[in-house]
Formats: sequence, structure tokens, C-alpha cells
Amino acid sequence: MSASPMSDFLPVTLTVNGTAVSRMVAPRTTLADFVRTDLQLTGTHTGCEMGACGACLVLMNGEPVHSCLVFAIQADGAAIETVEGLTERGAIEDLQRAFHERNALQCGFCTPGMLVTGHAILEKGGLPDREHIRDALSGNYCRCTGYEAIVDAIERALREREGCA
Amino acid sequence: MEEARAAFLAVDGDASYISGGQSLVPALAMRLQAPAVLVDLSGIADLRGVELQGETLRIGALTRHADALTHPLIARHAPLLNAAAPFVAHPAIRNRGTLGGSVSLADPASEFPAMMLAMGAQMEIFGEDGFRRVPADDYFIDLYQTALEPGDILTALYVPSVGPHHRWAFDELARRRGDYAMVGAGILAHMDGALVESARIALFSVGSTPVRAPGAEAALAGRLLDAKTIADAQRALDDDLDPPDDEHIPAAMRRHLARVLLGRLLQRLGETP
Ligand SMILES: Cc1cc2nc3c(=O)[nH]c(=O)nc-3n(C[C@H](O)[C@H](O)[C@H](O)COP(=O)(O)OP(=O)(O)OC[C@H]3O[C@@H](n4cnc5c(N)ncnc54)[C@H](O)[C@@H]3O)c2cc1C
Ligand code: FES
Ligand code: FES
Repeated sequence: MSASPMSDFLPVTLTVNGTAVSRMVAPRTTLADFVRTDLQLTGTHTGCEMGACGACLVLMNGEPVHSCLVFAIQADGAAIETVEGLTERGAIEDLQRAFHERNALQCGFCTPGMLVTGHAILEKGGLPDREHIRDALSGNYCRCTGYEAIVDAIERALREREGCA
Repeated sequence: MEEARAAFLAVDGDASYISGGQSLVPALAMRLQAPAVLVDLSGIADLRGVELQGETLRIGALTRHADALTHPLIARHAPLLNAAAPFVAHPAIRNRGTLGGSVSLADPASEFPAMMLAMGAQMEIFGEDGFRRVPADDYFIDLYQTALEPGDILTALYVPSVGPHHRWAFDELARRRGDYAMVGAGILAHMDGALVESARIALFSVGSTPVRAPGAEAALAGRLLDAKTIADAQRALDDDLDPPDDEHIPAAMRRHLARVLLGRLLQRLGETP
């Protein structure tokens, strides 16, 4: 439990993309600002900073969460994975390829969040229908593509993984 | 828990508890709230866990929205929460948001607070005089105002377990999946075949708090669930509601939507064996 006056810095220890990190942070620093500014991992985007757009999604202990709605100190002891981490360990290579081939990004602002949600869908496995994919993407805004291509790309990656491409 | 209360009270109420942060952090980001101190409840073990105690399911306040979707005890004993969960926000928010946070905040457009009413749940609160339990019917007072006093901690939700004669239905009308509903409702009915012995109906997004529908409930009690009964309940619902007139949804439209929704849910109750 922590009572946190705004001014003091607090220690936080966590793993980010598999690497142990210890820092002092202001208690109201969001995890999004922490990874972007303190750790220079700028793949995670911040759009609305109120949980609406999904550009800031990261994995916290394996589950997608909005990094704009988690304070860095709340991630103490947690394992965080950003889109950089997923990319480096090759976890979303097929998904990224499908996004590229299907032109599922234009400006790319929403893409990190889309990839994190897409990864969560792929991890669940099976072959969810398009309705389910859209439902899972309901917290991810894209202002460019109109979603069709994104759903296509995720569907393609799902099919490939299930061996029925 | 005493420690959390002490931390809260030490700053003369210029504090907020934080559980999942999925409502509080946006409020801070928009500068709607600016407490000097945040007291994080998420490490308190007593606020965790889901367990059956006799005929009652104890749901710790920190139980996450996502658990309402997946926890077998919730699905079995408090199926209305399970039915409502897919409609609450989006997957990533459900991974952090807590049932206790939702019921503490008591947003009148929220699903879970209304289901507390429909299920006849009791809120367990830790405050100045230790623990107390408040029935849902006495808990919701006004807009964002509940039986929680400053410094009080909502510790658990006590939900009467459904039995073999219970039937339930939940639905909401929203513009987009995950958006707050224009109107939503849950029903828990005690039935003997097609005979409704009693029913609890709770609606949300129809006023400043979640509301019960005593008129519609009375129109159902002791009657066979047929077309006439459903029509009577729909008619009675009109007197149960006093929806606000806002620029997006006029009161008359909310009344209409509520009526349609109630009809649909009762139809469904009749169909499920
Ligand atoms: C984009 C978006 C969409 C959403 N859509 C929906 C939706 O469709 N339906 C819906 O119901 N909700 C929705 N929410 C809100 C979400 O469900 C929140 O998680 C929930 O309302 C609050 O839970 P929390 O644990 O995050 O609470 P917090 O944000 O941590 O706290 C909320 C409030 O309750 C107080 N509090 C928290 N826990 C306790 C406790 N144990 N005792 C006393 N006080 C406490 C806090 O001080 C604060 O004032 C949405 C949120 C976002 C960001
Ligand atoms: S920046 Fe977090 S959801 Fe938009
Ligand atoms: S590609 Fe521009 S927001 Fe999605």
C-alpha cells in the first residue's frame, strides 16, 4: 500500500521486454510516459490518455492493459512487454507481415496498439470469426484504415497459425 | 485496511482510493479530480478472492471485470454478472477494472452497479465502526453518491446464490459495443415453470442512479409469463422511470427504449427452460 504525496519520487522495479529495470519515478508518472520517456521505448503511443483509443496498449504480466491508465509504480514487480519486445522476440512477425501485406496501416499511429490486441487474439488461439475479432478490437481506434484491412490481417495471421492459410 | 483508511484520513479527505484506476486515472488526466494523495488498495489481500459461503457468494472488491467473465463460481452463482461483463468497456479495461471500483463509483450508466440491485446483493463496507453491510436497495443514493462515507472502503459484494428456480436475462442498447448504454437492464426472476413468483428488475442509464422497477416487478409477480403479462409489465415500467432529458437522448426515447428492452428480456425469460 502506498500513500503517495505528489512530489516525492518512489522506487520501481520491474522487467520490461525481459530486462530488469529499476528507477525512481514520480508517483503520478503513467506507465506510458515511463516507457516512452524514461526508457525511450517510443513504440507505445499515447493518443487520448484516457483509455479510449488503445494506442498505448502494452502487455502487463501477459495481458493487454492501457499503459496510460496504469501508474508506473503500480507496475512494480510486473513483467511489461511493449511492441518493441514483441517484435524483438519474433512473437508477432507473422502478424506484422500480414499487416504489411494487407496494408493494414496508413499513418501507423494506432498500429502498436492494434498489434498488441492482435497478439492477444492470436495467443488465445482458435479461429474466432470476424465479429469476434471486431469485438476484441472495440477498444482500438483507427482513424485511417476503416478497420477492414486490420481485421483481414489478424484473420490471415490466425489462419496461418492454425495451419489453414 | 486500517493503514489505508489512516492514510486517507491523514490528509483531511484530500485523497482518493485507487483500485483498477480505469475510471480514476482518466478523471485525473482530465483534471476532473486532483486529490493530493492516492491510496492504492490493490495490495490488500482481504479485498481479493471469490468464495461461496453457504448460500452467498462473497466477491472481493478487487475482483476484476475480466474475472466476472471467466470465474466459474461467478458464472454458476451470480450469472447476471457473467452476462453483463462482455458489455463493460473493452477487453484491456476489463483486465484492470475491478467490480469494487465500479460499484464504489456507481456510475448510473454502469452495468455492475445495476446488477447489484437486480441480484439483491449486499455491499460490505469497512469504515469508522468496522465492517457493516448495506443492501443494494439502500446503497445507491444519488448521482455518484452511495452509502460510502469519506474514508470508507468497499470490501466485498455478497450476492445471494441463484437456485434451480431462478431465471435471468441481461441486455443493453448501445450505439457501439463497449460504449456506455443508452438503456440497459437485468432481471432475476424466481419462477415455477411459466409462473413468475417474484422478479427483481434493475435498469441503468435511465437516471442519476441505477433503479429498480417496482411497478413492473409487481405486474409480473404471481402471473404466468405470457404476452399479456409482458405488456402489463411494459406499461407499468413507465411509472417506474423518470429519465433525464439530455441533448443526445430525449426522455421519451429512453422510455421507449426501456420498454422495448424490458419486452425483449421478458420474452427471453419465457423461452429459457
Ligand atoms: C474507455 C472506457 C470505457 C469504459 N466503459 C465502461 C462501460 O461500458 N461500463 C462500465 O461500467 N464501466 C466502463 N468503464 C469504467 C471501468 O469499468 C472502470 O474500471 C470502473 O468503473 C472502475 O473500476 P476501477 O477498479 O478501475 O476503479 P478506480 O478507477 O480505481 O476507482 C473508481 C472510483 O472508486 C473509488 N474506489 C475504488 N475502489 C474502491 C473501494 N474498494 N472502496 C472505496 N472506493 C473505491 C476510487 O476512489 C474512485 O473514486 C470504462 C472505462 C474506460 C476508460
Ligand atoms: S493513450 Fe491510452 S488509450 Fe489512448
Ligand atoms: S493507421 Fe492511422 S490511425 Fe490507424
